[in-house]
Parts: sequence; C-alpha cells; structure tokens
Amino acid sequence: MVNMIIYITLGFMITGIFFAVLRFIKGPTAADRTVALDTLTTIAMALLVLLAFVFKRFIYVDVALVYGVLGFIGVLVIARYLEGAL
Amino acid sequence: MESLTFSQKLTQFFLSWLVLFIAWLGFTSTLAIQEVITGLLVSLLIALFTSRFFVCCDVSIFAPAKLFYVFYYLFVFLIELIKSNLDVARRVISPTLPINPGIVKFKTNLTSEYGRMVLANSITLTPGTLSVDIIDDTFYIHWIDVKTLDPVETHREIAEKFEKILLKIF
Amino acid sequence: MRDILEIIGLILLLIGGIFLFLGGLGIFRMPDTYNRLQAGTKATTLGGMSVILGVGFLEPGWIIKAMVLVIFIAFSNPISSHALARANYKRKNYPYLKGGAEYDQYREVYVNQENKEENK
Repeated sequence: MVNMIIYITLGFMITGIFFAVLRFIKGPTAADRTVALDTLTTIAMALLVLLAFVFKRFIYVDVALVYGVLGFIGVLVIARYLEGAL
Repeated sequence: MESLTFSQKLTQFFLSWLVLFIAWLGFTSTLAIQEVITGLLVSLLIALFTSRFFVCCDVSIFAPAKLFYVFYYLFVFLIELIKSNLDVARRVISPTLPINPGIVKFKTNLTSEYGRMVLANSITLTPGTLSVDIIDDTFYIHWIDVKTLDPVETHREIAEKFEKILLKIF
Repeated sequence: MRDILEIIGLILLLIGGIFLFLGGLGIFRMPDTYNRLQAGTKATTLGGMSVILGVGFLEPGWIIKAMVLVIFIAFSNPISSHALARANYKRKNYPYLKGGAEYDQYREVYVNQENKEENK
C-alpha cells in the first residue's frame, strides 16, 4: 500500500518534470526558461525529500534544503540580470 | 534612505542578528553546543555587514495582542492557497484554457513596508493573481481572469480580505 | 496513532504529486510567460509543501526539518516569481491579452518614463 502510493506520486512528479523540461527546451525567451528552471527546482526539492524517505537517509533532506536555497538565489540573480540591473 | 539615530541603528543590528540566528537554528535544526556557538558567531558576522539593509525599527509588531491576528491571517491564507490551487488546476486541465489575462492596478491603504511585502507575497499565492510591481502605494497585479478594470473594484476583489487583517497587525 | 499519521501522510503525498504534475503541465500549456508563472508558482508551492509535509508525517522524527523546508518554499516561491515577472516586463515582453490594450494598465508607467527621457 505504502509502496504503491509512493510509486504513483513518483510517477506524477516525473511526468511534471518531463513537461517542465519540454518548456525549458522550447523556450522561446530566456524568461520562459527561467520559469521552467524555477518550477524544476521546487519539484526536485520535493523529489529529494521523498527519495530521502524511500532510502531512509536523512542527509538527503539537507541536500534538498541547500538545493532550494541555491536555486532560489540563482533565479533571483538571473531575474536581476534579465532586468538589466546587474 | 534617511539617516537613523544611534539607538535605532543598534535595534536594527540586534534584530537582524536575532533573525539570522533563528534562521541558522532552523536550517541546522539541532541544539548541540558547538553548532549554536558557530551560529552565533556566523550570524554576528553577517549582521555586522548587512544590518544596514534591514528594514526595521518598529518593534511594536512583536506585541502579544497581535498574535491572534497573525494566526487568523495564516488560517485565511491557507484556505486561499488551497482555493487558488484548485482554480489553477481547473484552468490547466480544461482543454479550452479559459483565461482572460491582463495587468490591473490598485492603491493600498497599508503604510508599513513589511505590510506591503506580506500583502504582495500573499497576492501572488491567491487565486489567479500575481504581483508584478509595487510603486509607492500602487500595486500592479497580473490577473489571469480579469473581471473589472476599475481600481476600487479591483482592490475589493483582490486585496481587501488580507488588508483588513494586515492593518491590525502592522 | 501511528496508522492515522501514516494515512494522513500518504494522502498528502498523493495530493502533492498531483499538484506538482499540474504545475509542470501548466507551464507547458499556458500561452505566455506571466500565465506560466501563475501556474508554475501556485501549483508547485502547494504541491511541494504537501509532499514534504507528507514525508514529515510518515517519518515523525523529520517533522522539524520538514517544517523549515515548507516555510522556506512558502517564502521563496512568491519572491522569485515576482522578480521574474518584473524582469520580464522590463525586457518588453508584454503580456498576451485577449481583451485589447486597455487590459494592460502597467504600460503607462513605462510610457511616462520614455516620455520623460525624450523631453530631456
């Protein structure tokens, strides 16, 4: 039961990642790609936490936290650059 | 930015130190003594360099009487968040994409910087709206399904239920 | 007790997974950057929060860290979407409008700025 629901959740998340990556490839502008990157960051954070539960490794949760912080700063920096303020 | 008095600068420094230290405690989520000491030192160092960017010096927002409104606000916000997600889900799934986007504006009654920040972030997470820019007291909001272009009507539709509570807090 | 926590956690996981999927689908289907930001930000915020809280319920020892992550997502996602929306407008990517030019009330700010620069 538990495994079943985890597999279904993983399936949904991976399909979401698939569509986000399609948008990342398709563009058409840099801002669209950054939106896709932002979405991918959040999905990947959730995925890392879920994988931490599957493999029973607490350290993956820390990885998710650091990844989230770095992704957030990265998106902000790209946004400032696109704005022309950097 | 106007120049602050010495006592205001001191409050600013200690408040930013406190906020950074709480963030450190949350991120490490342990109370081991060496972690706490490292956190105190690191947040002291960061506060020394960055406290002048910290907008503050209104300590009254920590009054316990306002705590009730904070929780009430969180409750209202959570309900709006869930509603907004169902709204987005409906729009994404339906094959015809029922959207009528546009950017609308309204004027807010909030005067505090923090209040405006919280309002803008809440608007981003409520049904169909995304804050694009704030210029003085005018909010520019991207609305996925524009119902009205009149600023007063927009204000009532989008912001009023948050602003009522936020005016009591800030 | 343990069972109830587990059931709540699993339900949260499933809801979160569905919303994360909708976020991905939303940024693929929507016609312009602002609408993509709407779908991407909202759906993934609730989806991510829900999955992480679900794991927190399944493994009660991790709940503090899960709460930290949830608060972090709730703070960071609106800020980055706001920054991206403004940057996108400043690059003259105007929104897709169904109803005509009066639906874009933000344009006046930039028109005023350009007029001032020309008058100098």
